[in-house]
Amino acid sequence: MEAGARTAVATSGLTRRFDGHVAVDGLDLEVERGAFFGLIGSNGAGKTTLLKMLTTLLPPTSGSARVAGFDVVREPREVRRRIGYVPQLISADGGLTGRENLQLFARLYGVERSDREPRIGRALDFMGLADVGDTLVRTYSGGMIRRLEIAQALLHRPAMVLLDEPTVGLDPVARSSVWDRLKELRARFGTTVLLTTHEMEEVDSLCDRIAILHRGRLVATGSPAELKASLGERGTMNDVFVRYTGGRIDERGAYRDVAAARRTSERLR
Amino acid sequence: MTSPLPDGRASASADATSRASGLVEFARETFAVADAELRKLLRDPTEVFTRAVQPILWLLVFGQVFTRVHAIPTGAMTYLDFMTPGVLAQSVLFTAIFYGIAVIWERDLGIVHKMLVSPAHRSALVLGKAVSAGVRAVAQAAILYAVALALGVRLRLAPPAVAGVLAAILLGSAIFSTMSLIVACVVKTRERFMGIGQVLTMPLFFASNAIYPIDVMPDWLKVVAHVNPLTYLVDVLRALMVEGGHSAFGLGLDVGVQAGTLALLVAAASRLYPTIVR
Repeated sequence: MEAGARTAVATSGLTRRFDGHVAVDGLDLEVERGAFFGLIGSNGAGKTTLLKMLTTLLPPTSGSARVAGFDVVREPREVRRRIGYVPQLISADGGLTGRENLQLFARLYGVERSDREPRIGRALDFMGLADVGDTLVRTYSGGMIRRLEIAQALLHRPAMVLLDEPTVGLDPVARSSVWDRLKELRARFGTTVLLTTHEMEEVDSLCDRIAILHRGRLVATGSPAELKASLGERGTMNDVFVRYTGGRIDERGAYRDVAAARRTSERLR
Repeated sequence: MTSPLPDGRASASADATSRASGLVEFARETFAVADAELRKLLRDPTEVFTRAVQPILWLLVFGQVFTRVHAIPTGAMTYLDFMTPGVLAQSVLFTAIFYGIAVIWERDLGIVHKMLVSPAHRSALVLGKAVSAGVRAVAQAAILYAVALALGVRLRLAPPAVAGVLAAILLGSAIFSTMSLIVACVVKTRERFMGIGQVLTMPLFFASNAIYPIDVMPDWLKVVAHVNPLTYLVDVLRALMVEGGHSAFGLGLDVGVQAGTLALLVAAASRLYPTIVR
């Protein structure tokens, strides 16, 4: 079963169509265990669709994907037990306190009763939320909400976390607080991190491997350093992005994606 | 399930253990979802009060007027006594049927996405919501009891009767909130949901025995009333809630029909719920 345990993600010909439009097109992607992996692309490049397939939310139209050693279509529950997911949209409940949000997910993930409170306490500590644990999430800042959401995704100690544009709509201070937590997470627990982004700064400061998606296809993979070097001495991540995607950042941005991203940043404010 | 091997017993008992722990998991997940909902309700209970206004008006205005005109044959019962269980059933229906809106709201955020990525049983996620809708309805029932008593409705207040009413409310709410969830999964937007919610509630209410007996209906409507789950909820409530009330179909049939309906709806909703985020 765990034959593919070395690789956190392996997809083969992974494809998703939405009535006539191909969102993800024959993707062969591999993410090694323990990697800090960035999926880069403009709005509508297929990042969110890909993440939804990897997290078992969306069945592929064709092709296959194994996540944490299990097939996302045939063994979705095994996959779910082993991953944590932070969607692009807000996923913490504003009407509950931080602690209650964590309790809900500790129960949904089957964390043993005796383990729940200690783990929740440590998660709040780790995310720098210990003193606001009993405050309603509605009163949190955007960065605090994101950190809580990450804490929710970590309670069951997943081998891998998948984050969809985790810093969209955050101010620079909040953004770097999220970055720090993710770095520490990998350093301390060896958790594989897969995130989507269209911010080159995020790629530079976090990722050791990246894949560039363009119109649902994989157009480049490598380390940021390799890809930059391939453009000459003074290549930047921006140059890399322009080189592989033709530089039209907002091309084919699905209205729904854009609307969702804006709504999120609005609510995070 | 049955193993042809001699050691089939061992695997059968392992099966039973995993089924049992599956049930424990299922109960814990259902409770987790219901608990979160109830905490929110306790923090902001205004909704319970505003939603109680409409059924109170039905009792105060419609009930009192129709009691005077004796337009509806209700046998030995006064009309007000007859309709009180119907109004309670209506309040259960109206509270539960709009519950899908909350689910669409949670989906427009990312809350549903995150729940669906957890290994929790899809049916537990559905049932947890249904249970919390039931508890909301119970809170409203308490208000309705107080008003009905003030109006002189001959309520049965013996503990077994009240317990039966509570159980019936929970079951009825679970049915209509799950129905609502199914609609939410199909239409996916608030605007369309509101339209369909309005279209659903009135026929369910008027094509039932809530405010008049089935006997007075034209034949075609009798048929509709007999397949309407609200009819069976009203029938239970009428038997348990007021002095002199009795069940037309028998409580066994009432509960059987409702439990069967709920099982079908939860099965359908568990399949549809994951599609709401696609």
